[in-house]
Amino acid sequence: MTMAPAKYLHIDRVCKSFTNGSKVTEVLSDIRLTIDKGEFVSIIGHSGCGKSTLLNLIAGLTDVTTGALKLEGREVNAPGPERAVVFQNHSLLPWLSVYDNVKLAVNKVFSGTKSRAQRHDWIMQNLDLVQMTHAADKRPGEISGGMRQRVGIARALSMEPKVLLLDEPFGALDALTRAHLQDAVMDIHARLGNTMIMITHDVDEAVLLADRIVMMTNGPAATIGEVLEVGIPRPRDRIALASQPDYVRAREAVLRFLYERHRFVEAAE
Amino acid sequence: MSVVALKKAPPPVKQAPAQVVPLPVAARSGQWLQKSVAWVVSSVLPPLVVLLVLLAIWQIAFSGPTAGLPTPTKVWAESSELILDPFFVYGSQDIGLGWRVLTSLERVAYGFGLAAIAGVLMGAVIGQSALMMRGFDPIFQVLRTVPPLAWLPISLAAFMDSRPSAIFVIFITAIWPIIINTAAGVRAIPQDYRNVAAVLRLNQVEFFWKIMVPSAAPYIFSGLRIGVGLSWLAIVAAEMLTGGVGIGFFIWDAWNSSRLTDIIVALIYIGVTGFVLDRMVGWLGAVISRGTAT
Ligand SMILES: Nc1ncnc2c1ncn2[C@@H]1O[C@H](COP(=O)(O)OP(=O)(O)OP(=O)(O)O)[C@@H](O)[C@H]1O
Ligand SMILES: [Mg+2]
Repeated sequence: MTMAPAKYLHIDRVCKSFTNGSKVTEVLSDIRLTIDKGEFVSIIGHSGCGKSTLLNLIAGLTDVTTGALKLEGREVNAPGPERAVVFQNHSLLPWLSVYDNVKLAVNKVFSGTKSRAQRHDWIMQNLDLVQMTHAADKRPGEISGGMRQRVGIARALSMEPKVLLLDEPFGALDALTRAHLQDAVMDIHARLGNTMIMITHDVDEAVLLADRIVMMTNGPAATIGEVLEVGIPRPRDRIALASQPDYVRAREAVLRFLYERHRFVEAAE
Repeated sequence: MSVVALKKAPPPVKQAPAQVVPLPVAARSGQWLQKSVAWVVSSVLPPLVVLLVLLAIWQIAFSGPTAGLPTPTKVWAESSELILDPFFVYGSQDIGLGWRVLTSLERVAYGFGLAAIAGVLMGAVIGQSALMMRGFDPIFQVLRTVPPLAWLPISLAAFMDSRPSAIFVIFITAIWPIIINTAAGVRAIPQDYRNVAAVLRLNQVEFFWKIMVPSAAPYIFSGLRIGVGLSWLAIVAAEMLTGGVGIGFFIWDAWNSSRLTDIIVALIYIGVTGFVLDRMVGWLGAVISRGTAT
């Protein structure tokens, strides 16, 4: 075998099984995926197939059972701020204000490289990116779900991650807020050009946001069934897109995968 | 339906003028006064009435010539000075109960303070690992039921000196609920917060201060609250060792010289102080863990 050219994020034949006593469940099997720098990848699949598990593997929050996971050629084996996560349920610390939640991350990541004043500016800059400066002093309990999710994104972005991992970040939000935050994410991606991997169960969201859509088969032992190049030029506009043939085709492809070839089967043992 | 309504309608109509008319007037002139009166009626009056009834029963029950206990009036007659002037100083050993309580509180502050620090740290370490929890928890559950007096001889044998032994008795009585509750609080830290800490690569010390303490604060404070109560319970046992001027020793001393009425007054002092301590820790916990609830 020859050395392949340097890949940015390389997931190479990764398997993941959970051991519970004597019972071993293989959740992910033979996952192979290479993601380029600055790429936006959506992962879609039925509930329980192992999307979160895959994201946690990339984040380093869980260890791979077999296979290798490399970021810029270096093995991923522990979590770190260069792979920041926006969690499904925001995971803000309720006893800290919005500002302090972001500050915790900024102080940890930039304590050696930025002065106190620079760190303050950086916190405000990130809150501004998600339009949350007005609520900087509020506690997470005092703001809406959509706002919390935005602060979660600001916190993750403030770490200046190489890869931003989003686990169904808008799953619990209403359609309007969701659309608003999708636009915000697209805008941030366009401005910062960072690599983003986003789990979603929403076909429209996947097609709207992603360069490529990774479709996962049903578990157990789920794997990547298909990868779709979306190929719609950016910037994308949700209204203009709706009637565009590329969009309709991509949407149909994902729907076919999910509802024809890999129908959701309840309690697959 | 309508018949019932018709039948029941008249009484409210009759009462209504008497109730409704004075209200707006009162609301304008003295809403604050009205509120505080309502508070006195609802919160102060009931315990006061119960107290008076209990005192009356006590008075009647022990009025006979052969009664073993002094009646409230006798307590007042013989020991009113102790109640009225908590802070007299007649000599180095003859001081008011207020001073004695303060002396004892200092002792409790040492014992409980040590128990709080050690208990939270041990609870934090034990709560971090399911294995440690399984190993230690049953032992703590047993130890926590050992009464303060039982620790006395062990403590004396270990320290050979009354002062540290007394503080150790308070310490060892108070520490178990603190450890147990802190450990439970640490186990209950949501995985989400642990994930956040992991992504940020917080070290042990940062994790302790930034995640563990605030997240487990309600648990820690309920442990501290039980602990402060227990440490105050241990004061009599502890001061049986040390002697001196504490409230605990005062009781022991009064018992040895059969001053029953003094003991009763001292009990009231201990009870009220314990109540205040409990409320203080409870209040502190409520203030500090305000943000953790959501
Ligand atoms: N720590 C664990 N131990 C054992 N099994 C686990 C563990 N974590 C996840 N699983 C199992 O792995 C499978 C995939 O879980 P995962 O959370 O990755 O699914 P998902 O695709 O994110 O689902 P959803 O869309 O509902 O969030 C599930 O069957 C789950 O029961
Ligand atoms: Mg999931």
